[in-house]
Amino acid sequence: MAQGVWTIAEQRDGAIRKITYEIVSEGRRLADALGQDLTVILLGSNIKAKASELGQYGADKVLVCDDSRLDPYTTDAYVSVISGLVKDGDPAVLLVGASTEGKDLASRLSARLDVAMAQDCTAFSIEDGNLVATRPIYAGKAYAKVTFENSFPQMAAARPKVMELNEPDESKSADVVDAEFTLDEGELKTKVLDVVKDESGKVDLTEADKIVSGGRGMKGPENYKILEELADLIGASVGASRSAVDAGWRPHSDQVGQTGKVVSPNLYVACGISGAIQHLAGMSTSKVIVAINKDEDAPIFQKADYGVVGDLFDVVPALTEEVAKYF
Amino acid sequence: MNIIACLKQVPDTESQIKIGSAGTSIVTDDIKWVMNPYDEFGVEEALRLKEKHGGEVTVVGLGPKRVTESIRTALAMGADRGILITDEGLEGSDALATAKAIAAAVKDLDYDIVFAGQRGVDDDQGLVGATVAELLGIPQLSLIVKVEVAEDGKTVKVERPIEGETLVIESSLPAMITSQKGLNEPRYASLPGIMKAKKKPLEEKSLADLGLDAADFGADARKLKILELTPPPARKAGKMVEGETPQEKAANLAKLLYDEAKVL
Repeated sequence: MAQGVWTIAEQRDGAIRKITYEIVSEGRRLADALGQDLTVILLGSNIKAKASELGQYGADKVLVCDDSRLDPYTTDAYVSVISGLVKDGDPAVLLVGASTEGKDLASRLSARLDVAMAQDCTAFSIEDGNLVATRPIYAGKAYAKVTFENSFPQMAAARPKVMELNEPDESKSADVVDAEFTLDEGELKTKVLDVVKDESGKVDLTEADKIVSGGRGMKGPENYKILEELADLIGASVGASRSAVDAGWRPHSDQVGQTGKVVSPNLYVACGISGAIQHLAGMSTSKVIVAINKDEDAPIFQKADYGVVGDLFDVVPALTEEVAKYF
Repeated sequence: MNIIACLKQVPDTESQIKIGSAGTSIVTDDIKWVMNPYDEFGVEEALRLKEKHGGEVTVVGLGPKRVTESIRTALAMGADRGILITDEGLEGSDALATAKAIAAAVKDLDYDIVFAGQRGVDDDQGLVGATVAELLGIPQLSLIVKVEVAEDGKTVKVERPIEGETLVIESSLPAMITSQKGLNEPRYASLPGIMKAKKKPLEEKSLADLGLDAADFGADARKLKILELTPPPARKAGKMVEGETPQEKAANLAKLLYDEAKVL
């Protein structure tokens, strides 16, 4: 009988990524609701020392597979090792973070296990002993509540920055175990040749706490300087609407929206963005939305917590000045 | 090179989405159906690879008969032939079943690369590409923005942006590649292209044609069950920031963000 909540840790460059703590926190809540244990699967190389941190967020046990072939992440290696652990351990629930690599892993792992999978979920609960997941569909124009039929482990991926983080408790620790695994090198069909770091050093939009975003109202690439000044001051990343990206003003990786990135920051400041439904799809789970736009009828004002009708070329620099007074 | 590009239709992104009376599906009466935007990138990349390396592009679509229109669009863009997997028994299938049908149609074809969009902008699940790859026993390269096939045609080099970095990954062929925005700008079908498309082969395959058991497909066979669909959670009503001048508005906003919202 499938038992236990498992979560898969994400690590990079020798450190556990923040999204892992989000899913461990949520995993703890689900395990408590089920009256079962929470186990974290940690794969990597020279990563075992980090396993103890996971106990502080609520893990009962950490299964570690520490091997040079497990760093960096590759689909083939991770799916092979984790599916083996899952077959042995028979968990009831398996949670992954819906980061880029998390989504890649979850998609192939669910296929390997021949189980249903709910991607990019914004809420979870246990009902009648089963996992129920809530997830946006049609770019957030509707939400679906889904559950699993004859499908264990019940697999889901959590949208980054949505699950509430537990306060780390240093008195808590997890049982760290070296898990047995086999990895057939013949299964490894892909190889990471190179890792090109993003020069800006800015946090990726999907994981940013704060985002200042510019749309068609920015009128040109050179004007993003005023957004960057505000962003630098408050520690935000800079995003863009599709219009701005299609116009060549900003790179694709900056696009927020239905065919861009889905973001969930604490603060989203939309400057010169009208609020087309496709853009809203990308930022509607932001905690606080600010809109700055000349057009008082812009649809974005219906979603904004705080709306400023005004010329962004006046308002944004003024905002930077005013905010600076608080520092 | 032989390349397969998978596609489906989705509601045009401008569409209003209304939830049906049963609460478990959307109303499809007034929907304008278009090729899933991410699948367009796959079709375009397939065409570019054919232009560079020679070979054939086969488009594989799955869904009701109306999907024929999107396959014709891909043919008009330059693909060589199309296959539409269509069957009433497929309606309401989850990703596992959908992928099973596509893999059955593809497995006996000659292919070096299979393209699929990274996700459909209806379900937003992003599972079918990976599941088809699993069923075909080929590696997957998901969320890709650049594709380069080696001279000897045996490997492919791709780029995947992840948080804060871009990975350059090499894979053996054949492989599944799922397309991410930034991979390319899809071409518009030309008028001569549209005319030529009418004569290109487009065959239909049912579940029976593919040797598949209808019991494994459709709404009843779903492993991921939809309990209910709801409209998006309503946000608390916002407020307009007061002020006579931009400076005043900015000052008031800063104060609200600090004292009230506490996000700075």
